[in-house]
Amino acid sequence: MSEHVVPVKTYVGVFVALICLTALTTGAAYIDMGRFNTVVALAIAVVKMMLVVLFFMHLKYSSGMTRIVVIAGIFWLGLLISLTLADELTRHWTPNAGPWGLLLPFLHF
Amino acid sequence: MAAPAPLHDAHEADHAHQFEEKEQQREAGSLGMWTFLVTEVMFFGGLFCAYVIYRSLHPHGFELGSHLLEVKFGATNTAVLICSSLTMALAIRSAQVGKSKATIITFLVLTMLLGLTFIGVKLYFEWYHDYLDHIVPGIDFVYRPEWGSFAPEVQMLMVFYFFMTGLHALHMVVGIGILTVLTIMAARGRFSPRYYAPLEISGLYWHFVDIIWIYLFPLLYLIGGRYSTGGH
Repeated sequence: MSEHVVPVKTYVGVFVALICLTALTTGAAYIDMGRFNTVVALAIAVVKMMLVVLFFMHLKYSSGMTRIVVIAGIFWLGLLISLTLADELTRHWTPNAGPWGLLLPFLHF
Repeated sequence: MAAPAPLHDAHEADHAHQFEEKEQQREAGSLGMWTFLVTEVMFFGGLFCAYVIYRSLHPHGFELGSHLLEVKFGATNTAVLICSSLTMALAIRSAQVGKSKATIITFLVLTMLLGLTFIGVKLYFEWYHDYLDHIVPGIDFVYRPEWGSFAPEVQMLMVFYFFMTGLHALHMVVGIGILTVLTIMAARGRFSPRYYAPLEISGLYWHFVDIIWIYLFPLLYLIGGRYSTGGH
């Protein structure tokens, strides 16, 4: 939080951009893009988040220390989701039938 | 900064005595709030993570469930929250540049009214009508024949919907409580260009709650198949 006073023009510009992006994301949901519908929706959400964080939450004018805390938060959320998925999405993978696979009939788990 | 004055007067000094200077005090306050918000990211993150897993396991059921939600209310509420973020930012700016007490109060009350509008739309047009439509898991959820074997997955999406939007709405209620306190403080003339930390800190919280909704809206309302069925 610095003493930087953001001009009203900037706030209104960010506001207009956020409203336009909301209209865009709503409209995009009605266009068939296959699996890219989710990608587009999330990409727009990330842009909106960046606008709010940088301008409304003044991160653009904040110290490096504050930025590190914010980036760490996002990084940790990424770890939470990606590592959980790394487990969940690979559970049904068949075991690799290498030489050790020959031992499987004799092993009792 | 020069050596601290022997008699510290909190009302005269522009920073508390444990800080070197005013800027350090601002930094500490803002950093503390951001740290709290990171814990909030992890708090909501658990739900988002569970959502991602269940959606990856049951993509079709989640799409069917998403069609139960009305995009028009979700989109309206998104716009309402963005407006409230703007008025909140303007309330802080008014204090920063030394605008009158009335200006700060106007923006704070506008923010509060927009927050109440959001909760009103959610409670009446969405949750209450969901109840009438028998799609509230745990209270009254009736499987529809058109869902076929996907019915339990549709119910799972609605569980996520109510938990996520419910937790979000709870944060909104807390935010409105905070805004009430800020309005009273503003009415007592507590804020000035020299001191507006409570406004700035609460603003961070309000904008954070806005960001959560920015993700909830596409993830719950806008998932697949709107184009094929037309949806709502």
